[in-house]
Amino acid sequence: MPQRILVLIAHPAHRRSRANAALRAAAKTVEGVTLHDLYEAYPDFLIDVDHEQALLQQHDVVVFQHPVYWYSSPAILKEWQDLVLEHGFAYGRAGTALAGKALLSAVTAGGTETAYGPEGLNRHSIPEFLRPYEATARLCRMRWLPPFILHGTHLLDAPALARHAAEYRALLEGLRDAPAEVAHPPHHAHAPGGH
Amino acid sequence: MEGGFLAQAFVYLAAAVLAVPIAKRLGLGSVLGYLLAGVAIGPFGLHLAGDAEAAMHFAEFGVVMMLFLVGLELQPARLWAMRGPVLGAGGLQVGLTAAAVAAIGLLFGFDWRMALAAGLILAMSSTAIALQILAERGLLKTGGGETSFAVLLFQDVAVIPILTVLPLLALAPASGHGGGAHGASPMEALPPWAQALAVLAAVAAVVLGGRLLTRPVFRMIAETRLREIFTASALLLVIGIALLMQAVGLSPALGAFLAGVVLADSEFRHELEGDIEPFKGLLLGLFFLSVGAGIDFAQVAGAPLTVAGLVVLLVAVKAAVLVGLGLAARRPRPEILLTAMVLSQGGEFCFVLLAFSVQNGVLPQAEAGLLVSVVALSMPITPLLMMAYGRLSNRLATADLPPEPDAIEPQGSVVIAGFGRFGQIVGRLLLAHGHAVTVLDHDMETIEQLRRYGFRVFYGDASRIDLLQAAGAAEAAIIVVATDARETTDGIVETVRRHFPQAQVLARATDRSHAYELMETGAHLVVRETFASALETGVEALRRLGMPAYEAERAGRLFRRHDARMMQRLAPMRGDDGRYSRAVREASAQLLQVLERDRERGRAVFDEGWDTSGLMEEVRRAALERDTAASG
Repeated sequence: MPQRILVLIAHPAHRRSRANAALRAAAKTVEGVTLHDLYEAYPDFLIDVDHEQALLQQHDVVVFQHPVYWYSSPAILKEWQDLVLEHGFAYGRAGTALAGKALLSAVTAGGTETAYGPEGLNRHSIPEFLRPYEATARLCRMRWLPPFILHGTHLLDAPALARHAAEYRALLEGLRDAPAEVAHPPHHAHAPGGH
Repeated sequence: MEGGFLAQAFVYLAAAVLAVPIAKRLGLGSVLGYLLAGVAIGPFGLHLAGDAEAAMHFAEFGVVMMLFLVGLELQPARLWAMRGPVLGAGGLQVGLTAAAVAAIGLLFGFDWRMALAAGLILAMSSTAIALQILAERGLLKTGGGETSFAVLLFQDVAVIPILTVLPLLALAPASGHGGGAHGASPMEALPPWAQALAVLAAVAAVVLGGRLLTRPVFRMIAETRLREIFTASALLLVIGIALLMQAVGLSPALGAFLAGVVLADSEFRHELEGDIEPFKGLLLGLFFLSVGAGIDFAQVAGAPLTVAGLVVLLVAVKAAVLVGLGLAARRPRPEILLTAMVLSQGGEFCFVLLAFSVQNGVLPQAEAGLLVSVVALSMPITPLLMMAYGRLSNRLATADLPPEPDAIEPQGSVVIAGFGRFGQIVGRLLLAHGHAVTVLDHDMETIEQLRRYGFRVFYGDASRIDLLQAAGAAEAAIIVVATDARETTDGIVETVRRHFPQAQVLARATDRSHAYELMETGAHLVVRETFASALETGVEALRRLGMPAYEAERAGRLFRRHDARMMQRLAPMRGDDGRYSRAVREASAQLLQVLERDRERGRAVFDEGWDTSGLMEEVRRAALERDTAASG
């Protein structure tokens, strides 16, 4: 049975986004993927917890797709976590609604991979900055998948962007078609200047 | 059957009502329908129409009104931008066509003066037919449509010098002095400098009067809120200008056009358009009918081949000149085709000029009569040609790459009906984000104030479909109905949904039951006018009662969401009182539950701000278990 994928998109200004828009467009073409744009659904930040929890229960793989803002996500995804991942639902003794599902972070970062290296401006790598999400997955008894990272978005030209979007699309298709509980190949994408 | 006025009106109206819809259905267009109906009621058909010539004289006023309306659509700045095509294309069309026709006349052995007079006269095309066809097919704003309009505009201006030149081409002394056809007699008595001065004074009167006088007058009339008086004053304006222009020997159509341009910037533009439009339509219809009725088939029957040959020759020469000009200017081929076809007929000015020529001894009666028939018969050719235009232009457009780009129309425009306390806020927000907003309101005071601040506000009753049309409702992405009277809002929403289905309709409701009604009528979004402000007041009250700001804010938003969902759910139950009130009771119980749950969820706990009670309990229990295990 194909895995059902829920892509939660958190981008407050789609009209200014290039990389995230490309990923979003790619995800849209994958059959069996539910795209859920949080800023579009909740412009007033009034997240409908019941609705969100129902959505989570209807899917097997959850994707957090967002740009990296201050080493984390745009604000609404944090609000979503605060409210939707309730004690008794997502964690705690009775909170097993998400157990066994998979969590994937798909992020775009302006800085190159070098900038996120030990000698770079940011000192730490993106996977390190994603630790809170990894911990969230563990607390919710979810499988933490190797994140999809698009580095150096400011430097990407259109063909490169299209290539990475195709990779993202392939990753989602792979997740959809893979039998549950199978480990997924690590996936890294980066700008030409990344190495 | 000559009958009285009513009988005649009945005949003409019946012919139009019967023939035009049939012609439209058959794809012939309304102009051909009118012309055929005219033939049918004319002396060579059923012989029902009385004096077709008198009817035509009366109906020519339709052309004047049409040019007034065209002027209203044309802001002075746009007109100025068109000066190139008007002088270039228009000048060349008139000059070259006149020369070509004159050359043919010379070939047939006519005197050069007669040939030149015929050339100047036949260079005119029919504004009535061309504009009607272009408007009917939505081609006015295409490249070809604009060129055609420029040429027609030049022709209208050119009539004046042609009227001056024609008497100089007289073969014999003028038969009737005074050029009765144009009724310019009072001017003839004046010396030339005084004539020129009078012309200048008349034009200045129209421009200055239009700028300075009409606005306060119309404002005063608008304040009386008497529709028919507004209509009467609009007609008065057009007729007055026509008379003034006639008095100084200018074309009334040109004067009306000028007045239209002057008023194009005014807030009354759409109301004037809406008021004059039906009169124009009827009179133009009458004009086409009388052209059809006036065709002298006896003469045609006398020399059928000559007449047919001359008609074909006239259309061919006029079209050939325009094709030549278009090719020389390297215009796209579909555009050339359109211009050549739509301007290939003789115009209504030809009749006037031919009569004038006979009076001044320029053309003999027999030749002039022949030309009248030729011009009249060239008119129905145009709608016939246009039937082929669609297919031909498609073929040309695909052959020509790249194709002609569409004329650029503003995208996503908004019409706001009613610009009081409600509409203004909507409008300001949209304007601040650069959207094209057209506003209709009928309160003079509001309009005046807003115009001062630079809003595009037009005076008019927004429940009238013609006004909505004129304001651009047919192209609007969104129509906001923000009128305050319940019945007005209902009427507008219904009209708009029926006639402008492409637009999203956002409507203002007075209360809940009104909101349901508007939802039923088909408004895409219904907003109760006091809901948001009442909610805001409630939230403020909660804050003042000690609730933290964010919590109060969320309580308000939750209330709003719940209410919106209830509106949707309860809408179908309206009318069933028992079911409805039961559902309302359930809904309020549900609201309490929702608020309660939100409080439990952690965003609305008075002391901590975060609800960790569940977690704390679990931790306590775990600790207790540990203690028990340790002690056990």
